[in-house]
Order: sequence, then C-alpha cells, then structure tokens
Amino acid sequence: MSALKIKKGSSSHSAYDLRDPHAEGLEKHTLAVIVANEAGVLARVIGLFSGRGYNIESLTVAEVDHAGHRSRITVVTTGTPSVIEQIKAQLGRIVPVHEVHDLTVEGKSVERELALFKVAGEGNNRVEALRLADIFRANVVDSTLESFVFEITGTPEKIDAFADLMRPIGLVEMARTGVAALSRGTRG
Amino acid sequence: MKTMTGAKMVVEALKDQGVEVVFGYPGGAVLPIYDEIFQQNEIRHVLVRHEQGAVHAAEGYARSTGKPGVCLVTSGPGATNAVTGLTDALMDSIPIVVLTGQVPTFMIGSDAFQEADTVGITRPCTKHNWLVKDTDALGDVIHQAFHVAKGGRPGPVLVDIPKDVQFASGKYVPPAKAQTAHYAPRVKGDPEAILRMVEMIEEAEKPIFYTGGGVINSGPGACRLLREFVDATGFPITSTLMGLGAYPASGRHWMGMLGMHGLYEANLAMHGCDLMINVGARFDDRITGRIADFSPRSEKVHIDIDPSSINKVIHVDVPILGDVGHVLEEALALWKARGSKTRAPALAKWWAQIGEWRKVECLRYRNSDKVIKPQYALERLEALTKDRKDRFICTEVGQHQMWAAQFLGFEEPNHWMTSGGLGTMGYGFPASIGVQMAHPDALVINVAGEASWLMNMQEMGTATQYRLPVKQFILNNERLGMVRQWQQLLHGERYSHSWSEALPDFVKLAEAFGWKGIQVKDPADLDAAILEMLAYDGPVIVDCLVEKHENCFPMIPSGKAHNEMLLGEAETDGAIDAKGSVLV
Repeated sequence: MSALKIKKGSSSHSAYDLRDPHAEGLEKHTLAVIVANEAGVLARVIGLFSGRGYNIESLTVAEVDHAGHRSRITVVTTGTPSVIEQIKAQLGRIVPVHEVHDLTVEGKSVERELALFKVAGEGNNRVEALRLADIFRANVVDSTLESFVFEITGTPEKIDAFADLMRPIGLVEMARTGVAALSRGTRG
Repeated sequence: MKTMTGAKMVVEALKDQGVEVVFGYPGGAVLPIYDEIFQQNEIRHVLVRHEQGAVHAAEGYARSTGKPGVCLVTSGPGATNAVTGLTDALMDSIPIVVLTGQVPTFMIGSDAFQEADTVGITRPCTKHNWLVKDTDALGDVIHQAFHVAKGGRPGPVLVDIPKDVQFASGKYVPPAKAQTAHYAPRVKGDPEAILRMVEMIEEAEKPIFYTGGGVINSGPGACRLLREFVDATGFPITSTLMGLGAYPASGRHWMGMLGMHGLYEANLAMHGCDLMINVGARFDDRITGRIADFSPRSEKVHIDIDPSSINKVIHVDVPILGDVGHVLEEALALWKARGSKTRAPALAKWWAQIGEWRKVECLRYRNSDKVIKPQYALERLEALTKDRKDRFICTEVGQHQMWAAQFLGFEEPNHWMTSGGLGTMGYGFPASIGVQMAHPDALVINVAGEASWLMNMQEMGTATQYRLPVKQFILNNERLGMVRQWQQLLHGERYSHSWSEALPDFVKLAEAFGWKGIQVKDPADLDAAILEMLAYDGPVIVDCLVEKHENCFPMIPSGKAHNEMLLGEAETDGAIDAKGSVLV
C-alpha cells in the first residue's frame, strides 16, 4: 500500500475502509465470555480475534462451573466503538458461546490480576524491596539469601507500578495471570 | 435407545434427518460408514471425482431445495479438499453438513497416515464443527449439526468421526432427544423497530428495497411476503447477486441487480434514495463501492438474522434483528392494521426519475453478425428457455457470471446457484450436478467460462455415471475474461497469464465421456445450437466461441461511488486510479 501512497485516513478513496483505527479514538473494554467447557472453544475465541484482526491485551480462562460445564473467558481488548460492537457480535455468534458481557459498559466492575515477581539483590536493595512490597501489600512466597518471590494482586495499573519500582532494585522476571473481572452488585 | 455401531448410527441419523442424497468419496477412514451405505437403499450416494466437487454439489442441492446438502469424505486429503467448498458455503450462508473420517482416536496427534487436524483446519470456515470421540455422543452430535446448519443464518458444519468410533457400539440418540436447545437464534423482530420502519415507509419520498440472499434463505414464505410488501408499498426493489429470484424479474417494481456490475438505474437509485430498506443483505463491498459516498442522504433500515451483520460495514438508523419472514409478516400486518399509505405524488416523481435512468439502457452492447457476443448468447439462451418453469441456472465465476445475472431473468427463488461471497471458480459444474440430483427432470444449465469450467471438469464422469442431463453452456473467449478486463483497465493491457492456452477440443472431450458436444461460433447458428442442447436427453457441452475481448459493463470501478459508473463502450483509460488499484 505504501508504494501507492495511500494516506492513512483516506477512506474516501477506497471501496474498503482504510481508515486508521487509531484516528478514531481507541477504547479499552473488558469482556466476560461464558462458554461451554468443550474442546477447542478457546481456539474458536482466539481464532476469531486473530482472523479478523482484533487486539487481545490480556486473556484469562478457567472453568467456573464444573457441573454446568461452563468456563469464563475474560478478554481485555482495544478498538474503536464500532470494532468493539463487532467483536461482541462476532463472539455471540460462536455456537458454544452462551453469554457475552461488556463489563466496561454494563455498570461498574472490579478487575484484578495476580502477578509473581522475582527480585534478586543484596543489602539495601533487599530491604527496600521488602519495604515496597509492604506498601503494595505484596506477600513473600519464596525467599533465598539473595532473592525474593513476591505475590501481588491488584489492578493491572497497580502491578505495572510495582514492576516499575522493582526494576531498578533487581527485578529478574515476572509472571502475570491477566485480568479477571466481575460486575459489582448483586446481579450475576 | 437402540445400540448400534457408530457407522450404522451415521446412516441412521441421516435417515432420521430426512437425507435422500449424500455426495461423497470413500477412503480408509470412512470405510465402516461406506460399508453401512452399501447395505441399505434409502439414501442415495453420489460418487464424485474430487471432494471439492462433492461440497459444491451439496451446495447446489441445498440452494435449489432449501434443505441441507450432505457430504461424506475421508480423513486427511479428503477433508482438506473440502475446505474451499466449506468456505464458499460459509460466505454465502448455505446449509451443508460434511462428515469426515478421522484416524482412530488413539492415533490422533501421531502424524498417522492420512491424518490432518480437520477440526482445526475447518474451524474458521465452518459455522461450527465437532470431533466425536465417543460413539454414544455421535447421534446427538449429528442431529445438533443439522440443527446448527439450518438454524439462524445458515451455514456449513462439519463432523469429524474417528474410525474406532465408527466401529465401536453405542447408544443412538434420536433427533427428538438431541441437545439442540442451546442454539436458538432470535427470529422475531423488535416490534418497536418494525413500527419505526413502517412509519418511515409512510413518509419516504425516494425509497428503495435492497434485498439479498437472506430472503431466499428465509424460505419461499418470506419471498411471498416480500412480493406482497413491495406491491403494497409500490416501492422499487433491487437485489444483490445472491438474492435474485426472491422478487420476480417480470415484477412491476423490479429494478434489476445492483452492485459493481449491477444496473445503472439500480445503483443510481441506491445513491439517490432517502430510505433504504435492506432485507437480508450485508452491505458487501461489491455492493457499496466507496463507503464514504455510499447512499449519502438516506435513512437506512436493515433486517438481518445475524447480529454481526448489523453496523459491520454501514451504519444503519433502524436495525431489525430477526428472520426476514417473521419480520415481513409483522410489518405487513402492521401496514394493513394502520391502513398505511405511501406518499403517492413523491413516489410518482421518484419513478419518473428512475425512468430517466432506465433510458440510459445500461446493458446495451454493440452486436455483431460475425462473432457471437457473450451478451447476445445469453439473450438468446434467455429467450429460448425463459418459459421453462423448471429451469435452474448455475454459474462459474467471472464475466459470464455477471452477464448471466444481467441478462437472465429469475421468477422464483432457489433457481439461481452462483458463488457470490467467495467467488469460487469451478463452483458451477459440480453445483449443477447437485441441482440435477435434486430435480431429475428439470432443465439444469451451467453458464460457464472455459477457464472456470476446467477447474472441476473431472466431474464429467459423475454426470455420466448417474445419467444427469446437465447442460454446460460455456462462453469460450479463451481468456480469464474478468482478470483480463482488470488488466486492461489498470495494468496497461499487460495480459499476464490471463490466457486459456492449450484448451481441449470440447466436442471431443464431451464425446470421450459419452456426452454430446456442440461447438458454435457463427451468430446465425446460435439458436440452433441452443435448441439442440435443449432437445438432447443427456449431458451436453456447448462450446460457444465468443468475442475474446468483450468487457463487462456497467461497472463501478474499484474505489468509486455508485454515481461514478462506467457504461458500455466507455472511455476506460484511467478509470481506476492508483488508490483503487489496491482493491480487488
């Protein structure tokens, strides 16, 4: 396309919509997708995102109702409002998908992510790591004389902030689960 | 519940689903099922010559009957050969059920002989698919498969059955006990939205109905309701390629097909309307042209059973989610109950404007008495066959397909089989076999180009074996006509590989398979050739040698709007600019 010098945003010259999706204001949405717990269902959901060019920022999946064979997939995605609507409609069309909830628009919701941080160091850095962990309410789940593994739960932003602080004092690696989310209040 | 082997269960389930014909090809992983087919006479099996042919034949069967088409193929290459047909059916919303054999469950994942990850490969090109690992579940899954294929927006489904599951015994679940309740798309439209549509119809001054394949998928009842609604309102109606026949071509309000090669008046009316009522169409890029300039001054209503079709391409003012038949029934009842009237003076003006556009005679072409023009060939085919109520037309893909859509008239739904969304060359001939299987005494004509036709020519043996009198009307220009047209328009007449070199002698080819072959090249002999084709009781190839460099007009060039159509004999230099040329 670049050889033909098509300006981004020039959808008026195209039978397809060549608008730059970033020009239209991207929104981040958290979707809860309740699916039948059957083989291949995650592949269907992920294949939809990759096949149609949608973003996945984070994705978690686990069985939530053993007797009812239900799993809950939490997807954080970004897109223009029309793309988000299209994602929800496309998800709803998958046969083993039972419900699609957009937690970002359906009232208030809580989002949590769990992360494990390995921080190595000696002396003052070690003390500082423990002090910061205390501020962030992170727990020590493993320790050697030169390292800690911290467990922290919170919003993705809180975990980002913790990572930023740990990096200069010896962050070795981290593992994050991705976001799990529920709506607030009594209704399911 | 009866206990039986998985293989027997497959045949039992197909019978319980009312299946009469299966198109298939045997192989190692489906031998137990073929053994069961051998031992019964209720279901007819049609042996195709390639699995792609089986799927297109099933599509032809499904489109011409409204019932799901069924295929049975083996694992590995059998399944991968079915992929094009599955994708075609997905794009055009055609209900088909493909049963594939699979290596035994204990060998899955071992790269066994003729193993392929069939459910993985076909996941994006089916509406849903299943790998059945337990014989007890097999009957249930096959019934679910039919339910999903037919329900909501129809489409292809696939059931992958490992060989050990076919051999093992299990309990057969009959259709009434199958777990189908979880898939129940909404069919009734929102009454408020329907009321809003009726109000808009009452107020419209320049309205148009834009209908698509969804009307045909909704069934003959929906087509009757559409006709009644169009006649009640007196509004003009145009249709996509997929929707031809839902409203009769001889109807008073018919405008002809719209879109890239649609009629001038239909496209101009779409551009200039103040109310567009989309009934079961999906704003495909072949319809909209440049989106920013698509029907800029109209309010839009969209009736569709698939929520993902709403606002996908074009933002609409009134979406109505539901089945076309149900929604039209409610709308018509409301129309009558309200004693609704349209704005007659404004409508008369609108029809007068349409009359002006019609005077352009956009399908006009320069005829010749030396060489057969493809348009002329189709005009004569239409003239000599249009009185046959049992006429079914299939097409391949390309210029001939567009000319067929322009020059042939369809009075009833399910009589027009063409590959719309995917544009699958090689579709038409096997589809004509499927149509003829469903309608043994009907006149089934495949309007073809020589290049498309060669893509699935192996099915000649199938037609011979089952005595299917399919008529292959090949418009032979020795070119990949549509590719050549685009190369002329935007690649400086550099005709890169768009020649049909080394063509067979079609008459001898026909004779080699026991068919009749007719070649015609003089316009004066055309009628006689068509009549000879019609009179012959058996399969025929008509090798109709036509003008080699004829272009298909009218045409909305890529990246242009509806009101920037090119008409026949137009100056085509620079018709598509650099920005349009990246589009297909």
